Parts: sequence; C-alpha cells; structure tokens
Amino acid sequence: MSATVIHAAGLSKRYVRGATNSSGLLRDKLTRALRAPLKAWSGNKQETFWALKDVSLQVQEGEVLGLIGRNGSGKTTLLKILSRITRPSSGWAEIHGRVGSLLEVGTGFHPELTGRENAYLSGAILGMGKREITRKFDEIVSFAELEKFIDTPVKHYSSGMYVRLAFAVAAHLEPEILLVDEVLAVGDIKFQKKCLGKMGDVARGGRTIILVSHQLNQIRRLCHRTIWVDGGVLRQTGATAEVVHSYESAMSSRSEESRTAQQGVKARFVSWQIAEPVGNQPHRLDSVGPAEVSFQLEVNSPIGRAHQGIALFDMERRLMWAYSNDDLTLEVGVHDLRYKFPFLPLCPGSYTWQMSLWDETGNVDMWEALPELQVAIPNYQHARDEWNGFLNLPSTLSVSSRKG
Amino acid sequence: MSSVTSNPAITPRVSQQHTSIPTVRIEPMRGGLNLRLGELWRYRELLYFFVWRDVKVRYKQTAIGVLWVILQPLLSMLVFTLFFGRLAKLPSQGLPYPVFYFAALVPWLYFSMALVSVTNIMVENQRVITKVYFPRLILPVSAAISGLVDFAIGFVVLIIFTMSYGIRPGPTVLLLPLFLVLAFLTVLGIGLWLSALNALYRDVRYLIPFIVQFWMLASPVAYPSSMVPERYRWLYGLNPMAGVIDGFRWALTGHGQAPSTVLIASTAMVAVAVLGGLAFFNRMEGSIADRV
Repeated sequence: MSATVIHAAGLSKRYVRGATNSSGLLRDKLTRALRAPLKAWSGNKQETFWALKDVSLQVQEGEVLGLIGRNGSGKTTLLKILSRITRPSSGWAEIHGRVGSLLEVGTGFHPELTGRENAYLSGAILGMGKREITRKFDEIVSFAELEKFIDTPVKHYSSGMYVRLAFAVAAHLEPEILLVDEVLAVGDIKFQKKCLGKMGDVARGGRTIILVSHQLNQIRRLCHRTIWVDGGVLRQTGATAEVVHSYESAMSSRSEESRTAQQGVKARFVSWQIAEPVGNQPHRLDSVGPAEVSFQLEVNSPIGRAHQGIALFDMERRLMWAYSNDDLTLEVGVHDLRYKFPFLPLCPGSYTWQMSLWDETGNVDMWEALPELQVAIPNYQHARDEWNGFLNLPSTLSVSSRKG
Repeated sequence: MSSVTSNPAITPRVSQQHTSIPTVRIEPMRGGLNLRLGELWRYRELLYFFVWRDVKVRYKQTAIGVLWVILQPLLSMLVFTLFFGRLAKLPSQGLPYPVFYFAALVPWLYFSMALVSVTNIMVENQRVITKVYFPRLILPVSAAISGLVDFAIGFVVLIIFTMSYGIRPGPTVLLLPLFLVLAFLTVLGIGLWLSALNALYRDVRYLIPFIVQFWMLASPVAYPSSMVPERYRWLYGLNPMAGVIDGFRWALTGHGQAPSTVLIASTAMVAVAVLGGLAFFNRMEGSIADRV
C-alpha cells in the first residue's frame, strides 16, 4: 500500500524583479530611508512576478515523478521549495521522510581538498552522516573508478574524474525522497548510463524520486508520472507518455497561437540543433568548443537585404552574446543557417537562443529557440562562488623564471 | 506577505501513519525567534564538517600555515610595544609592555578575524546555500568556531611567553574560558547581523575594515581601560570586547583590577546582540537563498 509522502497545496512563489542587481546596495537603501523614512522599509513599489502560482500536488511513496517545462517555467523553483532551499510566498507542503536534493553535481566540493576529503564533505552537505559515509566509502570510490587518485587534491582531477566522484557520492545518498535537477546531464555517456542504472535501482528500492530534466528520453525511461509546468502553473499532469507527448508537440511546432499568427508570414525559424560535434544529443554541448550550431529557417516569399540577429541568454535571462548579420538574400525554401564557433566557453546550465529576422519593413520573425541549449561540462572556475563569472575557461598555469 | 495557517487536521493523521519518519512542514516565512534547536542538533555533524573544511583549507593554502598564526600576534605585539609603549609611554597596569599587548592581541585577533570570516561566510557559500537545505545558522557558527583553532595556537604561545617573563597565572586563570565564551558570543552576535546583511547587500563588505579598525580603538588593546574615567566606564563597557580583553588580561596575569562595571555592561550587551542577531538572521534566512 502506498502512502502520500509529499503533499503540497497552493504553493506560490513571488520574486522581486531585478532584486539581485538593482537594489543590492545597503547605501542606497539607507539613502532612501533617510529621504523617506517610511516608504523605504515598507517598500512595496518593487515590481514582482510569480515564479510559481498555486501549485498543488501529491506524490506517493515509491513513485518516480518527472517535472518538465521550459526554462523559467518554475520547475526548479518548485524543487527548491520542496527541498526547503527557499520558502514559498504562500501555500504549504508536507513531506514525510528524509529529503535529499541533488540540484548540482559536486555541491560543496573544494578544489584544495583531496578526493577522500571531498567525498566526506559533499556527503555531509547532501545529508549523510559521517558513519554512513565511512560505511559506503569503498563503494563510492569504486563506483567512481578513482581508487588510485582518491588522495589527490581534486584540483588536479580531470573534469571527468571530478564529475565521477561527485556523482558517486550523490548516487549513494539514501534518503526516502530524492529531488534531482538536471544533474544527470553531466559527464560522459558511459558514466551517465551507470548513474541512470543506479537511479533505476534506487527507484525500484521503493524510494520516491522527483526528477527535473530537459532530456525527455530520460524522463520516459525513469518516470511513472510526469508534470508539465508552464508559466508557474501545472499545465498537465498524468502518465509520462501522454504528458511528454503533448509537451513535445507543443515545443517542436511552436505554440498554437503563434502558428496562427504566422499564417502568411514571409519566413520563420522552425528548428535548431548542434551540427558539430555530432553527439547523441542534438541540443547538448559537451565541450567549450569548437562547435557548429544550425538553425532552420523556412522562407515563404523571397526576402532581400535581410538582417538576421542571433542572441544567447542564460537561465536568468542575462544576455551572453548577440550578433547581427546584414544584407542577406533569401530565396523560397528551407535554409540552414549555420553558426560556427571556434570556442563557446559557457558555464554549465541551460541557455536560450533568440533568433530574429528583419527586412526593410521590420521584424519578420523572432524565435526563442526550443528546446533550450544544455551545456553539460564542468565549471572550470574559482572555488569561491563570488569569483564565478560568465566565462567558463579551462586554463593552465605554468611558471617560468629568468635569471638576471 | 500572505501566510497560510497550518491545518491541524492534517498533521496528526499523517504522523500516525509514519511514526519513525520525520515530517517536515513547509510554509511561508514567519517572524519570531523559532531557532529549531532540535534541528540544529541533528545537523551537528555538518557543523563539524564545515569547521573541519575551513581549518583544513586555511592551513593548506597558506605556505607558512601555522607559523603565520604565531607571527601575526607576535609582530603586532612588537609594533604596539614600540609605539604605544616605549614611545607614547601609555600605562600598562604594571605589566611588561610585551605581555600587556600580547595578552590583549590574542583575543582581539580572534575577534577581528572571526568577525570577518563570519561576515563573509554566507556569500562564500552561496552556491551550497542555493543548492542544498541545512539550517543556515550552521554556517556563521562554524566560522566563529574555526577561528578558535588559530586562537588556541596563539594562546599556547601566549602562555609560554607570559611565563618567560616570570608571570605565573594565578587561580584567576580558571575564569579565562568565561571570557573566551564572551568573545565567541560577541563574534556570533555581531557576525549574525553582518553576515545576513552582507548576503543581502553587496556593499557591506567594504564597511568591515572600518568597523574592525574603529572597534579596536574603542577596546583596551593599546591602552588599559583604567584610562577611561570611572563614571564613563559602564558606557565603555557597552563594547563587549572591552570586558573580554580586560578580563582576559586580568585572568591570565592577575594584574589590573577585576573587571566589574565593564563586564556587567559587556555581558548585557552581548546578550542583546546575540538575541537580536539570531532574530534578524532567522528572519533574513528565508530570503538569503533568493538573493545571493
């Protein structure tokens, strides 16, 4: 008999727009407080938005639930509320059982520490006790295939080794409820399969799992039931095959309303994929480049002197890069626009391409490319988070000295 | 902020179903001083790991490691002895200048360095904070504790140093842990405010050097608190570090007078700072993961 282990009702989360960058100074806050003592601290004038609106759900013991939806749809927010990282603005949830959350691979890793030390540290942060880690330690090391390097500082690890160790620790977490966000997207394919296998074992072991993923085949393989989150609300809940199917059709052919709006347009973008290197995942990048990305543009009537714009945004809608190519002549037919990048040093995460086409009369098409671009590589950056920037540049240092 | 009150009909039913399994209720932020001490206790191993990481990384990163921990108070002591002692000829409660300054610098350096690391700890751990849940209070507490390792090393040197001047600690030395606890609580009380503010406002970190510098001048590090006129002594004691440093010197050497007025004012102030700090930190805890 299965019992309800997660019960959520009316969960909503409101964020203040731009809270992270515009009002980040105490000086400003104090200045405002001096000018208008009452307004500054009650300050309700800020623009807010609902990342999650009135979400209710129940999860049964032993169930593997998938969460799908586009970037910014609220699925990560939902996961963060359920794992208690952030609090809801309203609504409530009750969780029965120990919760483990895997929102990132290598949470709490420190480059100066050895593999052994990091396994303990990361294990403790993820919720394991010292004795539990000691008991599972050999298993973790052999799962990660790192027997020889376990006492080497992880800063000397290759990215593959780093990910393997991080995942091995996470895979040995044994909470009653496991919340996983996209972490399976990292690492080489062989190791990913191993992890999926381990996750499958965990699921069969009666544990409850909520899995957020952009990789729909993963969702199909693992989840009994799937929820599609769209614009902060639950758009569809049901059997995985059904929900994934309707999500896919909505995503691949662009939404219904925009299709009717597209009737009789001169041209529109229809799809995109990573053309080079050819991997098994057309929307996933496993390196910092080189890479070639191609976009399919359907042209219905000839366009001369067109401008074609391309922009790349990250999950928080920050512009990473943009460019515009002018004076294109496009005949009727489907065109392949291929962008070649000698390097694409992006931090791990998901990104959105924005493609646009303009002619002399104005905008012809503007497309937020779907699915999103997934970047699945290690973060080659400073151990301190405040020193993490936009670029993910692998670097090596050599020191040479000259005499005299 | 809207808040949904708990539904009493649900909790008992479910807790009967799963007797041994913990039940967590997730709700919007509420004010108040609910510290969830039971939960803190359950996470004590994580606290240990944070302290352990801090200490380990610190000693791995600095090439001279332990040596630096000893050199820092020693060098400061030399400078103080030269300028405040030999040149300015400030009184030193009948103690040799080097002992007088060293005995103050060891607790002072613990305070100033621990305060800085407590202030920065939330920002330095923002990635962990946004990816995993644990009682956030663990982080500032761990930073205040890990500073004690440096303190312990400095303290051993201090004891040897004091004895080498022929000053044997008397029975008053038994009260020394009391002053250390007071210093720890001061770090925590002030640090909780600063670390939450630092996570919410980016410019707080630039204030810290000024705060620390100002604070040292307002503490009896370079001069004895007996220089402060008697009737202002209680006001002076509102700086908790005044009570700590006075008490520390007195407990170790037996010189100077037992801190009374100053200590009472300091203890009261620490209590206020810690309670206020806990309440403030608790209130801000919910928004920190959204802001950092």
